[in-house]
Amino acid sequence: MSDPIIHMENIKKHFGNVIALNGVTFDVRPGECHCLLGDNGAGKSTFIKTMSGVHKPTAGEIFFEGKPLSFDSPRDAMEAGIATVFQDLAMIPLMSVTRNFFMGREPTRGRVIKRFDVDRANAVTMEEMRKMGINLRAPDQAVGTLSGGERQTVAIARAVYFGAKVLILDEPTSALGVRQTSNVLATIDRVRGQGVGVVFISHNVRHAMAVGDRFTVLNRGQTLGTAVKGEIDAAELQDMMAGGQELARLEGSLGGTI
Amino acid sequence: MTTDATSPADERIKSESFVTRLMKRPELGAIGGVILVTIFFLITADSAMFTLSGIVNFLTPAAQLGILGIAAAMLMIGGEFDLSIGSMVAFTGLIFGVLAVNMGLPLIVAIPVTLLAAAAMGALNGYVVIRTGLPSFIVTLAFLFILRGASLVGLKLFTGGSTQLRGVRDAVQGDFLTPFFSGDAFGGLFRWLAERGIVESFGSGAPKVPGIPVEILWFILMALVCTFVLLRTPAGNWIFATGGDDNAAANSGVPVRRVKIALFMLTACAAALVAVITVIDAGSTDARRGFMKEFEAIITAVIGGCLLTGGYGSAIGAFFGAIIFGMVTIGLTYTDFDQDWFQVFLGAMLLLAVVFNNVIRKRVTGER
Repeated sequence: MSDPIIHMENIKKHFGNVIALNGVTFDVRPGECHCLLGDNGAGKSTFIKTMSGVHKPTAGEIFFEGKPLSFDSPRDAMEAGIATVFQDLAMIPLMSVTRNFFMGREPTRGRVIKRFDVDRANAVTMEEMRKMGINLRAPDQAVGTLSGGERQTVAIARAVYFGAKVLILDEPTSALGVRQTSNVLATIDRVRGQGVGVVFISHNVRHAMAVGDRFTVLNRGQTLGTAVKGEIDAAELQDMMAGGQELARLEGSLGGTI
Repeated sequence: MTTDATSPADERIKSESFVTRLMKRPELGAIGGVILVTIFFLITADSAMFTLSGIVNFLTPAAQLGILGIAAAMLMIGGEFDLSIGSMVAFTGLIFGVLAVNMGLPLIVAIPVTLLAAAAMGALNGYVVIRTGLPSFIVTLAFLFILRGASLVGLKLFTGGSTQLRGVRDAVQGDFLTPFFSGDAFGGLFRWLAERGIVESFGSGAPKVPGIPVEILWFILMALVCTFVLLRTPAGNWIFATGGDDNAAANSGVPVRRVKIALFMLTACAAALVAVITVIDAGSTDARRGFMKEFEAIITAVIGGCLLTGGYGSAIGAFFGAIIFGMVTIGLTYTDFDQDWFQVFLGAMLLLAVVFNNVIRKRVTGER
C-alpha cells in the first residue's frame, strides 16, 4: 500500500483544563476514503480543525508526505494541499456558481489591468461540474438555486480543482436526503478515483460503510483503533461509537433500529 | 447519474426566456423606474423638461447625488452602510475651503490633500467597524454627528465666527485644474453645434446649453469604472463575496478586511469629490453642505437594486437610481403639482424598490 499523504501521530489538544483530544492517531493515503466516525462531542471537529491548521496541537506530531510539519494557519494547510469542506460549505447563495467556484482565486487576464477572466472561469466551472455529474443550466446560475447535495458537490469540485491532495469533508451527508446523499457519496468515489485522499467525517455508519476503505472511531477524544473494510460490520462500528454498553441496553427497547 | 461529458441537459429544466434572464439583473428595477418616471413626466410636465437644457437641468443634481449613490451602492454590496457620507461632504468641503482660501494652496495640492484626508477618515470608519464588530449603521451614525459638528466648529474657527467660508471662487480662478471640477465641458463643441443649428441657441447665437456640466462626466465615469470593477475584476468578486457572507469569503481567501476598508475609503472620497465640485461651484462652503445626502445616497442605491443585507446590487443600477431622483426633484417644477410632493414621491419609490428587490432576490436564489 502507498505511503500516507498525511500522518497524525498521538495528537493531543487541551483547551484550558478540558482535554478535547487525548492521543489520536490517523493517516490518509492517496486514493482512499478514510472515515472518521464518532458521536457528538467525540472530538471530531477539534481533530479536523487540527488537521486543517485552525488549531495547533498541544502535543503530538504531524507528518506531511513523510516530513514533520506544523501548520501555522489554515492558509498553510491549504497551500500544502489540505482542503476542508466545512458544513457551511463557504458558499454564497446570491452569487453565481462560477463566482463561488473561483471566490478568492479568480483567474485574471491582461497585464496592466488585471481583469477577471470570466469566460475562462465559466468554461472551467461548467466542465468541472459536468465531470462531477451535474449539468448546470448556466454558469451564472446562483448557488441558491442548487440543492444541498449539488452545493456540496460544487464545494468538493472546487477543492479538487485547486489541487487538494487531502480532502476533509465535515459531515457532508448529515443534512441531505436519500438521493442527494447517494450523489455526494458517488462524488466522493469519483474524487478518490483521481488519487485524492478523502477524510470523511460522519456519525452515520451506513453512509461511511457505503464509501469508506478504512474506518477510525473516535470516542471521548481517543481513537479506538482503525479497521479495514470487510473486517468490521456496521453494528460493531455503531457500538464502538457509542462506547459499547449503553447503546446495547437501549437497543433492546428499540428493537435494533438504530 | 452519468459521467458522460456530452450528457443531455436535465429534462426537467425549461430553457429560460430572454425576459426571465432580464428579470435577474439587479438594475432592472431602476431602468424600469426611469421609464415609468419618464412616461409620467412626458404626460404631466411641460415639454421643456425633455429638451437638451431641461435634461441637463435634471442630470446635474442627479450627477452630484449619483457620485455618492454609486459609492454607497458599492459599500452596500460589500455588506456595510455609511451614514456619514453627508457630513463627510461638509467636513471635506471645509478642509478643501481652508486649503484653497486660508492657505492659498493651488488645486493640484488642495484636491489631493482633501482626498487623502477623506480616505483617512473613511479608513477610520472601516477600521472601527471591523475592530468592534458593531453594525456599520451605528458606527457611521456616530460619525454623522461627529463630522457635522466638527464642520461647524471648524468653520467658525477658520472664519472667525462665521458658519460660511467664502472666497473659494476667487481662490481657484485661473488654476489649470479648475475646468476639471467646475463649469461645463465641451463648450467648443456646443458652440459649433449651435452655429449649425443642431442644438438650440439664444438670439445672440450662443448655445442655450453652454456645455456638459463636469459633474455629469464624473458621474458617468464613476458608473463605468465601478461597473467594470464589480463585474470584471477579482476585486469585484471579493466585494460580492464579502457582502454575501464575510465568513465564507474569508475562509475562501478573500481579504475581507481590506475590501471593507477600501469601500469605506471609496465612499469618503466620493463625498470629497462632491464637496470639491459643489464648493467651487457655489464659491463658498457652509456647515449644512451635504445635509441628508447620506439617506438620499442609500435610497439611490436601493432603487438601483442593492439589497440592504449586502451581496447583491449594481453600480449601473445606482446610476439610474440617481437619474430617477434628479428627474423627480426637478421634474415636479415643470408640472402643476406642488413641489412638496417630492418627498412623498421619494418615500413611495423607496418602498416600492425594497419590495421589488425582495421579490427579485427570491427569484435569484430560487427560494419559494
